[in-house]
Amino acid sequence: MTIQEIQKEIIDEFSLFEDWMQRYEYMIELGKSLPIIPTEFKTDDNIIKGCQSKVWVHAALDGDKLEFTADSDAIITKGIIAILIRVFSNQHPKDILDADTNFIDQIGLKEHLSPTRANGLVSMIKQIKMYAIAFQTQLN
Amino acid sequence: MIYRSFDIEKIRAEFPILNREVNGQPLVYFDNAATSQTPTPVIDSIVDYYSRYNANIHRGVHTLSQEATDAYEQARKKIQLHFNAAKSHEIILTSGTTHSINIVASGYANLLKKGDELLVSAMEHHSNIVPWQMLCKKTGAVLKVIPMTEKGILKMDVFSSMLNEKTKLVFVNHVSNALGTVNPVTEIIRRSHEVGAKVLIDGAQASPHIKADVQELNVDFYVTSAHKLCGPTGVGMLYGKETILNELPPYQGGGEMIAEVTFEKTTYAGLPHKFEAGTPNIAGGIAFGAALDYMNGIGFDTIAAYENELLVYGTQQLRMIEGVTIYGEAEEKTAVISFNVNGIHPYDVGSILDKMGIAVRTGHHCAQPIMDFYQIPGTIRASFSFYNTKEEIDRMITALKRAILMLQ
Repeated sequence: MTIQEIQKEIIDEFSLFEDWMQRYEYMIELGKSLPIIPTEFKTDDNIIKGCQSKVWVHAALDGDKLEFTADSDAIITKGIIAILIRVFSNQHPKDILDADTNFIDQIGLKEHLSPTRANGLVSMIKQIKMYAIAFQTQLN
Repeated sequence: MIYRSFDIEKIRAEFPILNREVNGQPLVYFDNAATSQTPTPVIDSIVDYYSRYNANIHRGVHTLSQEATDAYEQARKKIQLHFNAAKSHEIILTSGTTHSINIVASGYANLLKKGDELLVSAMEHHSNIVPWQMLCKKTGAVLKVIPMTEKGILKMDVFSSMLNEKTKLVFVNHVSNALGTVNPVTEIIRRSHEVGAKVLIDGAQASPHIKADVQELNVDFYVTSAHKLCGPTGVGMLYGKETILNELPPYQGGGEMIAEVTFEKTTYAGLPHKFEAGTPNIAGGIAFGAALDYMNGIGFDTIAAYENELLVYGTQQLRMIEGVTIYGEAEEKTAVISFNVNGIHPYDVGSILDKMGIAVRTGHHCAQPIMDFYQIPGTIRASFSFYNTKEEIDRMITALKRAILMLQ
């Protein structure tokens, strides 16, 4: 599936929820089910420190696609990470670079991607894009 | 009980923001330690300034300028009386506590030498740590930390043993922003003076709850921000003893702070203008005075008694929830409760409380060393003000229980 198709799928899924509680419960579930990042990648090099929560991101190239693993110490942050990974992992670096994250607004989680929230997510998206640039160069 | 004399409904009606809804719920505002809300008389003082006599101060001969200058200087006088400073020019109006501390830190750059010692408490806000680290880097002075106990109380015996003839400056907050501990500042000042050290007390967290008397404290510097005590943001105070302020060089150059300027030489204005370069936050200064009037109208004894009741009630209610740990258990505390729920990240709790209209602070509260001390990523902090109620605490407790259910 393309990034756009996955985003559409997520928007459809979230449209079934009636209120914020259901959205948050779903995210908490996602956070709990997110595969934990392997310990060897949970290093200081891979850490993004927000004032509120920490995020770890690791990227690896699988053929011509980028695969991401990530983790956070906060479960809601982790739930959003799970959504971001579903969108961006196993995609071509170029497609990752072309994609935006507007779908997060549409599923009612905009506040978690505010730079002032300082939970590490904005930096995480930046980091995902940086990886995409780096691996894109490598593929070329 | 004294506080029965005030009418909580009447007080709440004076804070327009308390009427708003957040995420479809009536707002419960428990982030007062970050910034307090603004009552109508203070908002009116700002509107009145811009509507009737907005003009630059200390320089115009025209009526508006004179009126603005009078109002601004009257505000300084109110601040002087409130903190009982001996002279009004010992009150420097600044942009806030951080600015005030930086004026002092920068002033000591040429007055310290290598090996001098500066003492800072283990429970300071970053704004009372970083400027001193910068000062140490410039001068070769050494920053030493007064340790605290698990309960969040300064170890006064260790403090005494740290004092010596090399100790030049001591910085402690009157009240800790992250823990609510009221520090024994009178004793800290007395002991520091015995070795000839000067003391700066960060009063940002104390000012909304405690009326400090700078002469009685015999403190060298006392700093605070108006927005912590129902005033606007962007304005604050540096109190300094006249003799010491006279020894410090100006912090910034510019208009207002000069006596005479030629291209060869400039002589500086006297206090307080020496430290007030540029056009100040005039409306903010006037509103700072209005905020003190407002709070003194209610009375600080009344405020402290009522807030203490909220503190005791909130602490009791939180303790009844399984897995809650409270950080900061000093005997004497202001109405701040910093806590965590076992196994749950503070960010998650804060996010869910916000969804239910409850504003608390989460994170390290700009006091990372405290979080490192307890080895936690942060805390949830509920800080109460005199316009809060027990019913609001009940709402927070209900919301917290729901958050725990969702997160566990």
